[in-house]
Parts: sequence; C-alpha cells; structure tokens
Amino acid sequence: MTDPNTRTEWPLWEVFVRSRAGLDHKHCGSLHAADAAMAIQLARDVYTRRLEGSSVWVVPSAAITASDPGDKGMFFDPAEDKVYRHPTFYKLPPEVDHM
Amino acid sequence: MYTQAMDTMPKELGDAPKAVRSAEEVELQRRFDARIDAGDFIEAKDWMPENYRKTLLRQISQHAHSEIVGMLPEGNWISRAPTLKRKAILLAKVQDEGGHGLYLYAAAETLGTSRDQMIDALHSGKAKYSSIFNYPTLTWADVGTIGWLVDGAAIMNQVPICRCSYAPYARAMIRVCREESFHQRQGYDSLLVMMQGGTDAQRAMVQDAVNRWWWPCLMMFGPPDDQSPNSAQGMRWGIKRVSNDTLRQKFVDATVEQAKVLGVTLPDPDLKWNEERQHWDFGAIDWPEFFRVVAGDGPCNQERLAERVQAWDDGAWVREAALAHSRKQATKQAAA
Repeated sequence: MTDPNTRTEWPLWEVFVRSRAGLDHKHCGSLHAADAAMAIQLARDVYTRRLEGSSVWVVPSAAITASDPGDKGMFFDPAEDKVYRHPTFYKLPPEVDHM
Repeated sequence: MYTQAMDTMPKELGDAPKAVRSAEEVELQRRFDARIDAGDFIEAKDWMPENYRKTLLRQISQHAHSEIVGMLPEGNWISRAPTLKRKAILLAKVQDEGGHGLYLYAAAETLGTSRDQMIDALHSGKAKYSSIFNYPTLTWADVGTIGWLVDGAAIMNQVPICRCSYAPYARAMIRVCREESFHQRQGYDSLLVMMQGGTDAQRAMVQDAVNRWWWPCLMMFGPPDDQSPNSAQGMRWGIKRVSNDTLRQKFVDATVEQAKVLGVTLPDPDLKWNEERQHWDFGAIDWPEFFRVVAGDGPCNQERLAERVQAWDDGAWVREAALAHSRKQATKQAAA
C-alpha cells in the first residue's frame, strides 16, 4: 500500500459477501474507500443493493498475499496424481457401495 | 453499445504485434493463444500480449465511462418523475448505473491503470464514452424509451461480453447483465402505461421519443462489419464474440414485435419482413452522424462532460477530507 501520508487516491479494498447465514463469505469485487468503515458502507451500496448479503468483510487489497500464477503448474501439480484421495478410487461390492 | 471503443480506435492499436522479441516471449505468446483457443479465461496476473492489455483497458474504461455519463440524461428527470413510484424506480436505476461504472472501473484497474488516470482521460476528452449519451432527454417519455431501447440495445451488446476471455471483465459483465434486465422492463412498463391509459398527447409524446431515439440506438452497435477494422482481432482474442451487424439485426428483430405490442411505429419506411432471410430489413443508418457524435460534435457532448468535470471538482474536498480523517485515525491508533 502506498504511504498513507502522501496518497491522494483512496486505497483499494477487496469485498467479501456472505449471501446468507450458514454460507461462506465469497469474494465479489473491489472498491476504493478512505478507511475501513467507509469501505463497509460503500460495499453495502455497491454489492448488496438486492439483498445479496447478510454480512460483509473488507480487506485492504495490499494486505492480500496470492500464489504466483507463473508457478501454477508446479504449485498445484502434486495433487494431480493422488486419485486415492477421492472416494471414487475405491471399488466396493454393490451391497455396501453406499457407505 | 460499449464496444464502440474497439470500433473507433486506430487500427494499429488493435493489431497483433508484428515483431515478437525473445524466444521466451514467443513461447508465452504461443501459450496465450492456445489458452484463448481452448476457451480458457485470462486472469489479471497472467501473461498477456501488450496489445491485448491496451485494447481491453481502452474498452473496459470506456465502458465504465459510459455507465457514469449515462447517469446524466436520466438523472435529469429524477426530480420531475410523475409519481413517487416512478421516482423510486428511476433512482434505483440511476444508482445501478453508478454501480455498473464501479464494477467496470475495478475490472479495468486490474490491467494496471489507476482510477484517477482513467477519470483524467475522460475529463480531458482523451477517452470516449458511448455516443448515445450525447442525445438530450426532452420529455418524460424519453426516460421510458431509454429503458426500453437504449438498455435493450445495451443488454444485447453486453450479454456476449459475459463470455469475454478476460475474466475480470466477464465477471463484471455477468453482474451488470443480471441487474440490467429490470432497466429495460421498467422502461417498457412506463411507456405501456402512457400508451394504454394515457391521453392522446401522452401517446404522441411516446411516439416522438421513439422517433428520436431509434436511429441513435441502432448506431450503438458500432459501424458496419466491413468498416470495423479491429473486429477480427477482437474476435481472435475472445474480447468480441458477435459482430456489430449480427447484434444490430438481432435487436431490430426483437424490437419490431415489442413496438407492435406497445402501439408505436418505428421511424423507418424501409422496415419490412424479409421472408427469405427470416429477418427484418431496415433502412440506411446515417454513419456520418455517428462519427460526428463520437468525435465530440453531438447535441450534448459539451454539457455532459462539463457536468462530469464539475461533479468531480465539487467533490474534491470530500475526497480530501475523508483521507485526512483516515490519516488522523491511523496516527491516533499508532500513538495509543
């Protein structure tokens, strides 16, 4: 994030909305706001005008650490050949197949 | 409407790079092309050709500007809506347009340009917005007609962009399209009330609005395919999915029936059903007018831009005060 003392543009925030109780907060977009309280207010107006949410999180975009898309192959490949992590890998007799 | 950006930009910007520099770049380009061919989405942090980035930035930012400037012609009628119901509906619609502008600015920012830079480009006249918003809203019937025809044309144009290869743009578009359907329906509904329960004067007002908006709406789809030099590259990149003329025809075909139900005529003596093509034929579009309006010489270009600049300047103290407040709070917190 740029130094708050020299910044002239409102910083960017990522917005996460929980559509209703019991579900996850889901990333839905971003917006500019001067501070966290304003970001929450604006997120309500920009992303939940039609009852899309029952809870909102905002996070400064600069605070997010993301995996490197360039490393996508290397990073996620190890899970590719581990079919035994899925229940469908195991063939059971039909009488007990619904366990 | 908003793909006019790609149609009216210089050819060289939309061209694929002729000379690719290193072997590594050739490989990156090859992988990028393969992903596009496979129908994959491109995300903000993925490698992309410089011209792909430039073209998208130009198109998405101009799309955003169109949403924001598009608030003006209708905003003009909020204080003069005929009933409280219509006022509430119009407020909600104009607020939606503001929201759509924000989704799109956020999508454009992922390409590496700041919001302030984009707003500067609009205010200095460097960036364009859709030609349609440079026409005036003279009567209340214009508000309904904008909903029915302008938003109708926008939806037809925007639905294919939901499958755009650039994922942040596609995601923003899905949200926009979901909200836009109410815009078209409320417009048609408001015109229907005037046509079916109104006076002769009100019916004449609706017809007059339709007469004025019809041709500019057909221009929203951009120049004919054979005069749209960047279309092929846009299609190759998966930014543009359907050609201007195809979308325009689809709009005409859909609108003829709606006009009949409404009880208005469309101001085109050449409009007639073509049995062989299974489409409606329509008359020649005044393209010199389109290019004149895009270039800045429409009925309201100066007024629209002046209003945007004034709103931005008038809000400067609010933006500064909010930042000053957040700085003060941060300092206090650090001291505590």
